[in-house]
Amino acid sequence: MAQLTPTAGSGRRPRPWRGAVLLVAGLYFLVPMAASVWFSVDDPNGGVQFDAYTGLLSAPGFTDALLLTLELAAATVVVLLVLLVPALIAARLGTARMRAVLEVVCTLPLVVPPVAFTAGLIGVLRWGPDHLMDTPFFQTIVFVQQPEFPLVLVIAYVLMSLPLAYRALDAGLRAVDVRTLVEAARSCGASWPRAVVTVVLPNLRGALLNAAFLTLALVLGEFTAASILGYQPFAVWVYSVGNSQGQMSVAVSVLSLLITWVLLLLLAAAGRERRPAPARS
Amino acid sequence: MSTAAPHTLPAATAAGGATVEFRALRRSFGATTALDGLDLDVRPGELLALLGPSGCGKTTALRILAGFETHDAGDVLVDGQPVTGIPAHRRDAGMVFQSYSLFPHLTALDNVAFGMRMRGTAKAERRARAQELLELVGLPQHAGRYPHQLSGGQQQRIALARALALEPRVLLLDEPLSALDAKVRLTLREEIRRLQRELGITTLFVTHDQEEALSMADRVAVLRAGRLEQCAAPAELYARPATAFVAEFVGTMSRIPCERAGAGVALLGRTYPVDGTLPADGPLEVLVRPENVVLRPDADGPAQVTGASFLGAVTRLTVRLTDGTEVKADLATEAAAALPPGSRAHLVLPDRAVLVDRRR
Repeated sequence: MAQLTPTAGSGRRPRPWRGAVLLVAGLYFLVPMAASVWFSVDDPNGGVQFDAYTGLLSAPGFTDALLLTLELAAATVVVLLVLLVPALIAARLGTARMRAVLEVVCTLPLVVPPVAFTAGLIGVLRWGPDHLMDTPFFQTIVFVQQPEFPLVLVIAYVLMSLPLAYRALDAGLRAVDVRTLVEAARSCGASWPRAVVTVVLPNLRGALLNAAFLTLALVLGEFTAASILGYQPFAVWVYSVGNSQGQMSVAVSVLSLLITWVLLLLLAAAGRERRPAPARS
Repeated sequence: MSTAAPHTLPAATAAGGATVEFRALRRSFGATTALDGLDLDVRPGELLALLGPSGCGKTTALRILAGFETHDAGDVLVDGQPVTGIPAHRRDAGMVFQSYSLFPHLTALDNVAFGMRMRGTAKAERRARAQELLELVGLPQHAGRYPHQLSGGQQQRIALARALALEPRVLLLDEPLSALDAKVRLTLREEIRRLQRELGITTLFVTHDQEEALSMADRVAVLRAGRLEQCAAPAELYARPATAFVAEFVGTMSRIPCERAGAGVALLGRTYPVDGTLPADGPLEVLVRPENVVLRPDADGPAQVTGASFLGAVTRLTVRLTDGTEVKADLATEAAAALPPGSRAHLVLPDRAVLVDRRR
């Protein structure tokens, strides 16, 4: 029987279709990127020039837009994780019905188009008759719209990233037996919060990073809500630059793609197991 | 625990263990009653097995004692003090779970030291203690390994060391061997028993495996539908089951229809006294263990051998009586050779009191 059992490597046959699929997929992604890069460095007078890249930092509004976006992304990630992680842990320790309700609530933003969502948000921001102008309610509505740091965008981004973050965290929680780990920690003398912080969260590191990265990627590229609400984070700035400086607009897009890739690689490195491979005895 | 020498036992050893009392404990989950007035005392330093079929309430009782479940009525006392309202992390009860519960992000040593870390023990001290406990469970060389690098048996040993690290008053074992393969289970069974005896810690062991319960426990409490059926030493439980349920749940039992004969019962032409009380009415059956059935080859006998299972020194024969009743009988393998399938035999029970139940 032993000789019939395929061993590693010996049973592999060349499969030409695999290479073909990879080639087609690679071309699908790489050709537009290569075209973008070529467009951003192509000198109409002949040759290659990197002015679109070197002039980025001095371009009006670039630094402000990028900093605002990164601040918004950081705030969104913090708010999202603070809201979602305890809720998901509680749901996993609770009943299946609670999990189902949470899943529906968290995935609901998927079916609402950003335009419709933003229109609804504008409606909410216009709430309140004038006689409420001196009340904390009205002041809060004004406060969340301040141009220096528009909290209203954080609220919008949190809702938009909810389905992505939910899926990432839920997958992480499914991979660990949260109930047993928490109970084991409690039987070892850890209170509820300590059990979550010292035992559950370290085992969700990959899921937390995934959720944070997906949120960051969404915020970096979100255009609709910010544009309609009248703010100029990175994506809106790229669009506005594109109207007057086409090469710079494409250069920024290429750079943001590279930044996203670098973040993805960092995430993969951080989430990778740092322990030796399993060696069961 | 001293750090002077390896294998030094925790200080709790000297205390001789705590008493545990369940008093009229009730717990329902919706329409399902898990515990229906459980009364049970656990003696200091003993290993008591909670045995019963699925859904009998044994795990619920353990989880209530651990503080992971609440009860609807009744009380739980440890060393005479009610523990209701004390959160799980202050109950001083170490627990080993059915599923592997080691913290995946910590090494074996850090897992064992976790409880001491929660208590604020200095790092050097807790690492030294954890190393001692790893030696106690026979895994000192695995201190730096992560759970995914350990076998199931090793993980449960380390979980045991972790549970013992805080020198708990009570040790709770919730089917800790059920996920392991048979050979590891046997080894770990002996290991747990040895440690429990050495430490003298009061231990509650939940299992649905009667062999496990009988081989490990000082006493076995058989639960049924949230109530205690019988709590006794394994030998007594096996030899003198208080109820038909216990008799059938612990070990193998055959049921043979019988007739009333005064204060006793008549079976296969003989009269036997009754162990316990005779049911007041209805048709009756005698409950008999395979080792108590005597078979003698007899071509005109009422029993026909229908099957044989070789168990080593003993062979278990299945015989069918004339009314269709099937009875199991354990015979020495040499003696069983004289009764091949298809042969007939005369069936006799020992001349002593028999356990009788209503006919099903």
